[in-house]
Amino acid sequence: MTRPAAADLIWGLLVVIAVALVARATYTADLSAFLPRNPSATQTLLIEQLRSGPAGRLILVALEGADALTRAHLSAQLARELRPDPRFIAVNNGDAASLEREREFLFRHRYLLSETVTAQRFTVEGLRTAITDSLDLLASPEGALIKPLFTRDPTGEMLTILAALGPERGPHTTLGVWSSRDGARALLMVQVRAAGSDTDAQQAACQAIRGAFASSLATIPPADRRGVGLLMSGPPVFAVASRAMIKSEVMRLSGVSAALVAVLLLCVYRSLPALLLTLVPVACGALAGVAAVALGFDAVHGITLGFGVTLIGEAVDYSIYLFIQGAVHWRHAVWPTIRLGVLTSICGFAALLPSAFPGLAQLGLYSVTGLVAAALVTRFVLPGWLPRSFTVRDLSAPGERLARAVQKLRQFRGTLVLVPLLAGAVLYAHRGTLWNRELSALNPTPAADQALDEQLRAQAGAPDVRYAIVASAPDRESALTAAHTLGALLTPLIDQGVIGGFESPARFLPPLATQRARRASLPAPAELSARLQQGLAGLPVSAARLQPFLIDVERSRTAPPLTSADLQGTSLAAAAQGLLVKSGGGWSALLPLSAVASADLPASAVERVRAALAQARGVHAVLLDLKGEADRLYAGYLSEAVRLALAGFGAIVLLLWAALRSIARVARVVAPLALSVLAVAGLLVALGERLTILHVVGMLLIVAVGSNYALFFDRSSASARSGSVPLTLASLLVANIATVLTFGVLASSSVPVLADLGSTVAPGTLLALLFAALLARPAADAAPAAGS
Amino acid sequence: MRRQRRAVGVASTLALAAACAAAAQAAAAPAFDELLRLLAARRHGHVAFTEVQQLAMLERPLQSSGELLYDAPDRLEKRTLKPKAQTLVLEHGVLTARRGQRTYVMELREHPQVAPFVESIRATLAGDRAALERSFRVQFDGTLAHWTLLLVPVDASLAGAVQDVRIEGERDVIRTVQIRQSDGDTSLLTLGPEIPP
Repeated sequence: MTRPAAADLIWGLLVVIAVALVARATYTADLSAFLPRNPSATQTLLIEQLRSGPAGRLILVALEGADALTRAHLSAQLARELRPDPRFIAVNNGDAASLEREREFLFRHRYLLSETVTAQRFTVEGLRTAITDSLDLLASPEGALIKPLFTRDPTGEMLTILAALGPERGPHTTLGVWSSRDGARALLMVQVRAAGSDTDAQQAACQAIRGAFASSLATIPPADRRGVGLLMSGPPVFAVASRAMIKSEVMRLSGVSAALVAVLLLCVYRSLPALLLTLVPVACGALAGVAAVALGFDAVHGITLGFGVTLIGEAVDYSIYLFIQGAVHWRHAVWPTIRLGVLTSICGFAALLPSAFPGLAQLGLYSVTGLVAAALVTRFVLPGWLPRSFTVRDLSAPGERLARAVQKLRQFRGTLVLVPLLAGAVLYAHRGTLWNRELSALNPTPAADQALDEQLRAQAGAPDVRYAIVASAPDRESALTAAHTLGALLTPLIDQGVIGGFESPARFLPPLATQRARRASLPAPAELSARLQQGLAGLPVSAARLQPFLIDVERSRTAPPLTSADLQGTSLAAAAQGLLVKSGGGWSALLPLSAVASADLPASAVERVRAALAQARGVHAVLLDLKGEADRLYAGYLSEAVRLALAGFGAIVLLLWAALRSIARVARVVAPLALSVLAVAGLLVALGERLTILHVVGMLLIVAVGSNYALFFDRSSASARSGSVPLTLASLLVANIATVLTFGVLASSSVPVLADLGSTVAPGTLLALLFAALLARPAADAAPAAGS
Repeated sequence: MRRQRRAVGVASTLALAAACAAAAQAAAAPAFDELLRLLAARRHGHVAFTEVQQLAMLERPLQSSGELLYDAPDRLEKRTLKPKAQTLVLEHGVLTARRGQRTYVMELREHPQVAPFVESIRATLAGDRAALERSFRVQFDGTLAHWTLLLVPVDASLAGAVQDVRIEGERDVIRTVQIRQSDGDTSLLTLGPEIPP
């Protein structure tokens, strides 16, 4: 077999294998790309919260437009349609019936739920004190609220329960349904059953809400429908929107990039076969890259495919060099330089492989594999396919003009001294605000949607949960017991003003032992009656009036304990499901904490809470600062990316030194790259950008891609047999335009990570070529007018 | 409008001539306007109070006493001293109750059954005609020297508990506030002399 035939055969086999891998791979577009590969214990808790926590399943729904009556009607109709849907655990719109069901549940089970139900409470003295307190309350304006309950609940257990459940932060009510403060929007809160990480289920839930809205709308006369709109917000909505956005962005970006590069090449080559042949290494590279990621990771992330668009811009370079600089010089003159260029690029991308940020690691693997595949195909497969009569347009003439232009520009290369000075000054001036250290830097949700979410949350009184205590236990009952124990330790912190409040599943589902103890503290009827008689002496209420109280106590004394089944049909069922979750072999109870005034707990308060947790014997509980932890996670990614980028840069320098064996030549290759990185960093910061992890990666890519240009200039000046200088220049310019086009397209993306990468690499590679051209030793200095 | 109807009612009962009715109407309206003006002019007040509440389910009336503080236009504080200390503050529509260590907060508009108890007094003290007429049908009787306001909640279904509120006073001083509830329970708040600062 001839060599080309063998190469074709191997190539064919590999393509088949890669196609099979790509076809069988799993693709995701959820937040997993941003979650660490080897999380710490706290990060595991954070990830569990993000994936399956209650906050991740809450959809806020707002109805606006039309008049209040229409909105109230729509709200009721929407709730009616959604409630039977098994995809939702709870649909709350604040209607009186639901609130009534909840109050009815709490009232019926008050002697099992109230923290003040103790043996002491039902002594003569205890009864007297509690009833006296209730009488005082009856005399106040709030008395109107408790008067109907007094004869059944003279010790005020219902108020204890309501007070423990926290102040009513819920939304306002307009015409019997929840509304925004100004009444202009009707509000609903919908809890999805599926975990937040199940984007398909969240999408189905969002669609169900939209569908129910449409059919609810059909129940009102067309004249009333005018201007009625549905707004939805919350993590499920964001997850679905982000996924759709990443999907459509990847399609759009690769389509536009491919089209732009095709037009460019067609203009340059004036040959359709040449264009098609150019795309072969690109397609092979992309295929190999996706196949490698599919092999190396559980799932290929959509973001990786988005990054992959950049491969078009780079892989296309190799065939551009081949076609423009000419197959004649190819193996001896051009390929060695390309080989070194490919190796430097691989060094750059390989530095990303160990990243804990799966998105970066995937980008690294994808690019390394893709570049190797593209380069090998260009070297071993493509030349065999070139038709004998293959020619592209001769670019010698434009190349000559280019060379002369560069020659003229070189006079001004002294001004390059200004680049580090200016960039350094800008970076120094912004040194305090150089980095964006918040995870939100990676958030693909548009700012307008985030603002709407904030607004709806404020209106619905459902603030973003920032702090939660996570208590882990082997089973559900012990998780409840842990929540109950922690509750007792946290309550004093509310009174001391350390925390604003907390939620706990043990409030409406006390552990069985607690329920039994409360039940045991209720006296038998005769005994209670006698104590009541005594306790009421001198008070303006007679025992005969309180007969309903005796009946209710007796009923509670003999009733079976409360289970989660009893919660069904109330919004407390959703709360129980959200705050009591099965996790990795055990159960976790969640106790979300709120701060006193602002959204954040001061450090001293965090310390106090941690100290309280430490007192809980036999309870394994951690205070989780969700935002803080997420930001720490991202800050970790960021500092890691900086380290990896520096390591990649170091590896490239070492590789260059090993290949060129001359410090002066290495310096001439590296200098334009370093200058362009500085210039781009300065430019971004001057434009008000705060640097994120993807900017850092972008800078590494400037070095990885730009080194190819610098190497060609180095070759031109170092070796007389290096081929045509004008043709080299022309091919570099075309290759560079292709790169700038693809990264420029990326910069236009609405996905921040893609845009950050694009806006760094596009100007960076352009400057790298310019600087490399200016700084290169003119070929004439080294060897008189080589090649042409 | 409503006062006009009331005036016409008075006139017809007394079987007076149409001219007399017109005169009565003319007399009542300025007195009410003048009262509201006088009340609105007061920036603050600090008086002692006693309250007696008759509840059907109790054997004896509940008695309490303390001090009432008012700062125009929307801060009302009721400090009960006997039989047990508790403080109730109405400010910007939010009712804050302090009993012992605990503080309870409620938004008045979220609790329409509580609102008439406090809003009647607050709006009268402020001379806030718009607020009064938003929640009640207002009926003025008497003269500026000795007047009675009868406030009937506008929305009977929402207001629920309160049947009417009768406020009596002399010029810019409120003497008594009597609240009748739909179930027959009543409370009588008697305001004492101004407590000097």
